[in-house]
Amino acid sequence: MGLTEKPLSTLHEKASYDLDDFDVPTGREEAWRFTPLSRLKGLHSGKAAITGRVLTQTYTPAGVTAEWVGRDDARIGKAYVPADRVSAQAYNAFEKALVVTVPKETVPAEHIRIEVRGGGSDGVTYGHIVVVVEPMAEAVVVLEHQGSAVYADNIEFVVGDGATLKVVSLQDWDADAVHVSHHHAQLAKDATFKGFAVTMGGDLVRLSPSVSYTGPGGDADLSGVYFADAGQHLEHRLLVDHSQPHCKSNVDYRGALQGQDAHAVWIGDVIIRVEAEGTDTYELNRNLILTDGARADSVPNLEILTGEVAGAGHASASGRLDDEHIFYLQARGIPFDEARRLVVKGFLGQLIEKIQVAEIRDRVLNAVEAELAR
Amino acid sequence: MSTLEIRDLKVAVEDKEILRGVNLTVQSGKTHAIMGPNGSGKSTLAYAIAGHPKYTITSGEVLLDGVDLLALTVDERARAGLFLAMQYPVEVPGVSVSNFLRTAVTSVRGEAPKLRQFAKDLKSGMDALAIDAAFAQRNLNEGFSGGEKKRHEILQLELLRPKIAVLDETDSGLDVDALRVVSEGINRFRASGDTGVLLITHYTRILRYVKPDFVHVFAGGKIVEEGGPELADKLEAEGYEQYTKASV
Ligand SMILES: Nc1ncnc2c1ncn2[C@@H]1O[C@H](COP(=O)(O)OP(=O)(O)O)[C@@H](O)[C@H]1O
Ligand SMILES: [Mg+2]
Repeated sequence: MGLTEKPLSTLHEKASYDLDDFDVPTGREEAWRFTPLSRLKGLHSGKAAITGRVLTQTYTPAGVTAEWVGRDDARIGKAYVPADRVSAQAYNAFEKALVVTVPKETVPAEHIRIEVRGGGSDGVTYGHIVVVVEPMAEAVVVLEHQGSAVYADNIEFVVGDGATLKVVSLQDWDADAVHVSHHHAQLAKDATFKGFAVTMGGDLVRLSPSVSYTGPGGDADLSGVYFADAGQHLEHRLLVDHSQPHCKSNVDYRGALQGQDAHAVWIGDVIIRVEAEGTDTYELNRNLILTDGARADSVPNLEILTGEVAGAGHASASGRLDDEHIFYLQARGIPFDEARRLVVKGFLGQLIEKIQVAEIRDRVLNAVEAELAR
Repeated sequence: MSTLEIRDLKVAVEDKEILRGVNLTVQSGKTHAIMGPNGSGKSTLAYAIAGHPKYTITSGEVLLDGVDLLALTVDERARAGLFLAMQYPVEVPGVSVSNFLRTAVTSVRGEAPKLRQFAKDLKSGMDALAIDAAFAQRNLNEGFSGGEKKRHEILQLELLRPKIAVLDETDSGLDVDALRVVSEGINRFRASGDTGVLLITHYTRILRYVKPDFVHVFAGGKIVEEGGPELADKLEAEGYEQYTKASV
């Protein structure tokens, strides 16, 4: 790290519920330099009229509750404090929040579904969701974003002692949607969180999954696949903040890009603080650039402030399809397009396999197939 | 009856001429051994015929039953009846062996095989080559040992049933048991119909199991001597030294 660069930890110092604590981004800030602000349709400036609409519906199995609550509900904002301008904007502007609770020791028979359907891209709208998984409970949440919207939201995943939460978040938006979202998981002692992001739709999607720990023994796994087509900007900004001893984190994001001005951004920030002894972390991002005119920016950052880590590593690789792979398949009579399809599906499929809801896994594989058929 | 004709083939890699005029005709029913020292251009010949993008043909022709192979894409050549067993098969992450084989067979035959028949053929092919059934679910060549990769190449040969097979050092790196299994596979392929084999090798060892009809000595990017099986015995006794000296 160069002397003029600020340590990672200072970049993530700022957190506030107060909108005025954040300046309107200009695009020169480290956190905003990759994002085309002009395409945010006013989400960042606060000037856009809040006339947009999303319809959020939940399907909860027995034992799980879902409630719409007012802004003053005590459960809101406990796990997460907004960390940038758009997040603070969303925090200050949502009307009602959805609170989903999985009570202590409950293991629902099925997954919880939260569907967010955009009602059009005229006017912006904001949202807030809290998912509480109480101690020793185990739950799976499938979060689906569809339709069209200009939408910013914050989601808090509060995972209690010894609890397990798995979340698949599908950004399956229509082509003109704009979505800026923070997904924060707070892990208590011995909690497990597995997040899986699938981003294929939308004009601009900027998703910031983050993890914090409030006790030792927490284990977070953040995975994601994305497929950027011509003109799409798909940005994933990860932050894992290790502030407790003996916690784990694993980050693995893979993307494919094709077409003119397809743009993927991946930022992977991991901080291991002084008190986080025995931390074990690894982060990886890989991009397959399928055509000219597509661009992937991939920036892993690891800041280690303790002398005692169990493991810490990161890797990033962006490149073209491997000629040798394609040659091998073609030499067996498989036409180029089919060979390319097999290789890309294989590359993303190795991660998609990790999605535990079979129905969603198949849907994602089909979506990759559809992208490749374009 | 099929014929592969290689006429005055010259090939360069990154502007460096490697093949300097190769002439060779392989007819179905015949097995030609190409033997030569390391670096003589044997793999270059194999890859150039198959159409690897790294190799530039600077002159010459390659015809399969009169069809100009050099004008075809890599996959078209394979569908025309050419097969290359690679010296170093590549690992393809995330693509399972069974999916790969089914896709390849479908492409080469022009229609999807009946599932039940394909499963049967695959199982008997794997059994014959002593390949564990679990390999079908593994990623293509990923984590395979050298011997496993070579057996898997021969499995593909038997499933795809080409007119002409080019086998690039399929024997290298095999222990005696694996060599025997692989040789039996090649011999089954030879007996299966009207097929021709271009067997590229560095050593004479495999020729005890797979009897060639012709032997060609390759050195300095071309064929420098040819004869019958007895030429292999001469090479066994004398090595390649005389040819490597002559070619520089
Ligand atoms: N990518 C390459 N770039 C430059 N030279 C190469 C490349 N590949 C092969 N060669 C050269 O071509 C010659 C023939 O190689 P090869 O066909 O692999 O020989 P063989 O298979 O007989 O051992 C060697 O001198 C080798 O160094
Ligand atoms: Mg070779």
